[in-house]
Amino acid sequence: MQSNAAMEYDYSIVKLFMWTTVIFGFVGMLIGVLIAAQLAYPELNYLLGEYGTFSRLRPLHTNVVVYGFTLSAVWASFYYSAQRVLKVSIAESKFLMILTKVHFYLYFVAAAALVVTLLMGITASKEYAQMEWPLDIVIVLIWVIWGVAMFGLIGIRREKSLYISMWYYIACFLGVAMLYLFNNMAVPTYFFSGGLGSIMHSVSMYAGTNDAMVQWWWGHNAVAFVFTVPIIAMIYYFLPKESGQAVYSYKLSLLSFWGLMCVYLWAGGHHLLWSTVPDWVQTMASIFSVILILPSWGSAINMLLTMKGEWNQLTENPLIKLMVLASTFYMLSTLEGPIQAVKSVNAIAHFTDWIPGHVHDGVLGWVGFMAFAAVMHMAPRVFKREIYSKSLLDAQFWVQTIGIVLYFASMWIAGITQGMMWRAVDEYGNLMYSFIDTVSVLHPYYVIRTLGGLLYFVGMVMFAYNFYKTATSGRKLETEPQFKSPMA
Amino acid sequence: MNLAEIQGYVYLVMTIVMVGVLYSYIVYLYRSEKKGEKDYEKYGNIALDDNIDSKPIEDMPEPKNEK
Repeated sequence: MQSNAAMEYDYSIVKLFMWTTVIFGFVGMLIGVLIAAQLAYPELNYLLGEYGTFSRLRPLHTNVVVYGFTLSAVWASFYYSAQRVLKVSIAESKFLMILTKVHFYLYFVAAAALVVTLLMGITASKEYAQMEWPLDIVIVLIWVIWGVAMFGLIGIRREKSLYISMWYYIACFLGVAMLYLFNNMAVPTYFFSGGLGSIMHSVSMYAGTNDAMVQWWWGHNAVAFVFTVPIIAMIYYFLPKESGQAVYSYKLSLLSFWGLMCVYLWAGGHHLLWSTVPDWVQTMASIFSVILILPSWGSAINMLLTMKGEWNQLTENPLIKLMVLASTFYMLSTLEGPIQAVKSVNAIAHFTDWIPGHVHDGVLGWVGFMAFAAVMHMAPRVFKREIYSKSLLDAQFWVQTIGIVLYFASMWIAGITQGMMWRAVDEYGNLMYSFIDTVSVLHPYYVIRTLGGLLYFVGMVMFAYNFYKTATSGRKLETEPQFKSPMA
Repeated sequence: MNLAEIQGYVYLVMTIVMVGVLYSYIVYLYRSEKKGEKDYEKYGNIALDDNIDSKPIEDMPEPKNEK
């Protein structure tokens, strides 16, 4: 098991997930730009018949960027960094070599099936859990395979202590496993109705308010355990490694970890403030959301302090730039989220464009930037080639940063305008505005949002080109870079 | 005192208690390091020195001989 025969890390599985990060990123963000444009110009809904409508494409966008782009980046990073911090190669176990390949190919097939079924309008109609029951079963299988691979690697490690990133990956695995199973409990109607209707159709095992609570227990924790926990795992490895600076405070990383674990699971109810769920659930969710600032900022500040005395790297290295801004956007969105979860603020913010604004400063700034930085850090080590273009990476950073600012600024203004207009009453208590009044007012902001999204997508294309050129024609490297990634 | 007011106080108390719990964990971490029981900061080097032939920060215990 712990033989020294294979003295190199095995990156074959890492490469596959890196390619799917790029492909799903391109597809998911392209759809995102299209649906943003559809909101500004509704006639764009009719380009592709039923397959091009907002209602079909919106879940496709969220699922492809969450479970395609993000999870591919997470798994590429996991299989890369887990080997390194555990000091063990996947190639040391034939079983793990096969299992990781099964992980990838089954995932790719499930992703393709997800795209086809969503385009066909087959959906469980639960946000971030649209997959119907046969796909749910395949996803559980994929998740179990990842778990076996993860604990298999841990089982044959040489490094006794698990680095903090590993704790976060384990939390991602366990958190999603538990929540996914609970939220997707459903009855396939075909088998219980004597063969009526579609075999793909199912109904949730929960009803009414209970269904809403379970759904948002999962919904918010998809944000927690897919968009936050594994991305923190990534930054705790890649920022220290790229900068050559050990994490500023390991103790703070432990505090943030346990803080996040204890608090995050209780915050989901803030999606249901002012709804029919019990009042105490709303209050509890609001409290836990506010407390979340502590562990979130603990991680983010720890990352920024890791650069202490080395801030010159920010101007010299675009990967450091991406990761530092990712950390900053994490701080911004983890302050904004709790503010939105305060009941009085939520009374204005709920159902408005401020919510997608909040989501996107988190995912574009934090998740996206971290994924780009991780993939580009791994590329020279995995392909043994220099990064194709530093200036292209720099340009991508600026184009996308401007895109994010346009996106969230327009949605902040749109959301608060919308919330205020919905609540405005005249001296007799009558509503002052009809729904269409708000739509007319919001049009310019929707156009700005589309422009912001387009800029981010242009950055994604630049990244894809840079990655492709790095993998295929970057200058060959004789030795593996220790810290800073070499770039032309 | 009406329900909304009670909720307000519960909100405040719970927030303070949870912040207290988190901060007491910080105290625990620092104390155990000061007493020499733990050295957490050395684990930060796991990410920096991560070649397959690098010396582990802490080796795995030798497996016990099976009888």
